[in-house]
This record gives sequence, structure tokens and C-alpha cells, in this order.
Amino acid sequence: MTRSPGRIHVLQPGFQSTVQDLGRPGYGHLGISASGAADPLSLRIGNLLVGNPETAAAIEMTLTGGSFEFACDTVVGLAGSDFGVPLWKSFEVKAGQVLACGPARTGARCYLCVRGGIDVPPVLGSRSTQLMAGLGGAALKAGDVLPIGIPEAACQPPHFGPRLLHSTAPGRAIRVTAGPQSERFSGGFYQSAFLVSRHSNRMGLRLEGPCVEHRERGRLLTEGAALGAIQVPPDGQPIILFVEHQTTGGYPKIANVIAADLHLLGQLRPRDEVRFELVTMERARTLLARQEYYVRLSRNGTRKAHLS
Amino acid sequence: MRYRAASDRSLLVSFGPEIPEEISETNRLLVENLTRRLVAARPRGILNVHPAYASVLVVFDPLTLDHRGVQHLCESTGDVPASEPRTVEIPVHYGGERGPDLADVARHTRMTPEEVVRLHSGADYVVHFLGFSPGFPYLGGLPESIATPRLSSPRVRVPAGSVAIGGGQTGVYPADSPGGWRIIGWTPIRLFDPAADPPALLTMGSRVRFEPA
Repeated sequence: MTRSPGRIHVLQPGFQSTVQDLGRPGYGHLGISASGAADPLSLRIGNLLVGNPETAAAIEMTLTGGSFEFACDTVVGLAGSDFGVPLWKSFEVKAGQVLACGPARTGARCYLCVRGGIDVPPVLGSRSTQLMAGLGGAALKAGDVLPIGIPEAACQPPHFGPRLLHSTAPGRAIRVTAGPQSERFSGGFYQSAFLVSRHSNRMGLRLEGPCVEHRERGRLLTEGAALGAIQVPPDGQPIILFVEHQTTGGYPKIANVIAADLHLLGQLRPRDEVRFELVTMERARTLLARQEYYVRLSRNGTRKAHLS
Repeated sequence: MRYRAASDRSLLVSFGPEIPEEISETNRLLVENLTRRLVAARPRGILNVHPAYASVLVVFDPLTLDHRGVQHLCESTGDVPASEPRTVEIPVHYGGERGPDLADVARHTRMTPEEVVRLHSGADYVVHFLGFSPGFPYLGGLPESIATPRLSSPRVRVPAGSVAIGGGQTGVYPADSPGGWRIIGWTPIRLFDPAADPPALLTMGSRVRFEPA
């Protein structure tokens, strides 16, 4: 088997940098949630920037960033939050060059995408790292060497208009649909502001704020849990189930973050203020369709850039 | 059967109300059947299937399917034969450092630790579903007399292989994880190995017996 000679050496891993792709669906019945990138929209765009399929793996950096040495000439692109390096465009790096990123100026996560993708061995069909279960490796350490995959075809680094950036503006309400037990709660949730707790991780984002009152006590039989579900334990402090969420749970769920806003969760930092806005299923579908339309435009724009 | 949108990308299919009394063999078979059909057929746009005691959450790609389409798939996907349920014997070192809550369970149930072990290892268990974390089995069949409430404050780290009781349930932690169940013993058996095929030792419907080691 021939392998690309491309390598990335991790000089400083930063806080919880991991290899991520779009996740590992298909194993929910074994207790494995899909996991993958915390901000999949940024990862997809980052991959488009360097001419990769959207599904390629990249380095997800969290809050502090990291520094990485390239063992070959290649093309990289950064997408997500501002980690002090040029965002939303690709650029060439030479063998021996070091790219130092971070800390985050805004938001929480930035994706370092490299042409060809990070080529660690897939586990259950995905190169993503699930930290809690130890699936697909662990958080990066200094001295780790990451192989770069072979690019599918030669391409010119395209320019990308960051139209989607507008949707990641801080302070915007996160849009949700009603959860399966929404009727168990009294009002007030949508008028309240919550702070993201420091005790948040890729499994769950814990919120602190006014107590969300249960109208009905009574236990809930353990049932399936979805990404972005907002569950409320008896203490009234909500938890948003995040990418490495448990597949089943026993707390009632008041709401669920809509698909078009899931990527915003990956950019929340501890102490950020969040509010929620209730939308209908139809509205949620429209918002997702619109988002995908912009991604498709960017993708097509990129293809054109390759041809010219 | 009741269908509810749990989110804009998931449908919750329930076979009964959301109460503990719905843990039953009838519901277990209904859940297993729907899960088996969807996992075998892998219809386009279905991303994940999360079974539980009396419900199945179906996660889908909202650009490919909608809730109505998923409901239709749940009702129309053809049955596939179930494989013969396996019986798996799990050796357990009860008590001691790796079973730190055995004494508490004995105190709560007003038995000796030996009686708790005899009852726990004397019962036949069935895997209702794998959930929570990779390979974690939710077992039915715990004798009611040794049911013990969960810890008031969960442990930050429960070691892999811990055999535990939480309320009327018992199970084995496949990996180190946080957990609030009472740990009564430990098994060296690996319940989850991502390199194995299948990665989980137990599946829905597997029979389990705990053997004192």
C-alpha cells in the first residue's frame, strides 16, 4: 500500500485538540452516538477551502489553539472561530513551516483543514475522536504525528466568500423546536438567559440560570436522546446534549436545538450567555434548507474556481 | 404505537406511556423488532436508531426525509429473521475493593452480602437494549428484593467492568465513565471492543448470567 509522505507534527496540542470528521452514524443501537465535529458547518467549509470532500478529517482546536509543523508542502485552510490566523481562505505552507494558532479571540473552535485530509485509520467508519468512549484515539499530545491523505485531484486554492459567517454572530438566540416532554414544564424558559457552565464538554453543555420548573414531577422511562436535546434534571438547570451525547437518558426534554443551529453549539464558550427561541418544525426545515443552499453555492463556486 | 417529533431530525416511536411499568417483555420484543428491521434495511436518510425500554428514537437526515416519511419506513420496512439469542456468562468478583457498594446494598435490602450475591448471580437476565454509552447493556430480570436506589451523587469515575445495581436495574460498565449506580463487583470480560466485529459483546435479546468468580 502506498501512503502519502505528508505528515503533521504536533508541537503544542493546546487544550483538547482532536481529529474530527462528520461523525460515526449507524451505531446508535450499540450505544454509540454519531459524535464528530462540534461545529460541522465550519469543518465542511474548511474542507471545501482546500478542495477536500466535506467529509474529510481535520484538526479541531478548542479555545487555546495549538502549533503544528508540516513535513511537506501542502495547502491548508482554517474555518470556524478566529484563532489569530487567516480564516475562511486557503494558503500554501512549505515543508518545515510551523503554524501556530490561537488562543481563540471569539468563539470556541477552529478547524485546521489540510489538503488530502488527516488520514488516521477509521474506526467504525469514521476518523473522528470520541473522547469519552476512547473511540478513534484521544486528544492530541505534543509529539503526535498525523498522516495526511492523498488528495483526490489537483486543485487551485479557491477563494471563499464567508457568507455563512453571519449566522455565527454571538449573542443570537439559539432556535429550538419543542421537546418530547415540553408539556411537563411551566413557562419562563424562553424568557430566560442562561450562562454556559465551565463544567461543559463534548458530551453536554451545562447551563446555569433561573430554575426551569417542572410542572409535573413523575419519573420518565429511559428513552432515546437526540443531539441538541435540552434535558432538565430535577435541579432545573438545563443540559444541552452535545456531540458525544448519551444515546438514551431518563430526564425530560423541554426542547431540541434545530439542525440549522447545531453548529452554533460548537462555538459556545464557558460564561457565554444563551437564550432560546421556539420555532415550528416547518421553520426549522426552511432554515436548514437555506443554510444548505449557501453551502452548495460555496461548493459550486469552489468547483468553478478549480476549472478556471 | 405513538409517533412524536423529538426534534427536526428525529422521530420518537413509543410503544407505551413513559412510566417504569412499561418495562415488559412485550415492549422489549416490539422495540427489538423495529430496531432490527431498521438496522438491517438501512433506509437512505436514516442515520441512527436509539432503542430503549418501550420506545425507539429514529434519527434521520432532514434533507432526505421528513417525520412522515420516517413513520412510513417504520411501518413498511420488511421483517428480517432474528438471530438465535445468545447466552453469555459473565464471571464476577463480587465485593471487595472493586465492589465497594455491596455492603450498602446488603444493608438497604436487609440481607447479608452473600445473599445479595446469591440472588444477583442466580437470576436469568435479558438485554433490553444497549444505550447510554458504547456497549452498555440495560438488563431486565433483577430480583426485586435486591433493587437499591442510585447513589445520591454519581461517582466521577466508575472503572470499566464494574457490575452495578441502579434502582431495579443491573448492568456492567463497558468503559471508565461517570456513573451513579451501586457497584457490587467487577468482571474482566470486555463488553465493548471497537476493533471486534461486532464491537459489542451483547446485543438486544442476549441472555446473561452472572457467575461468582
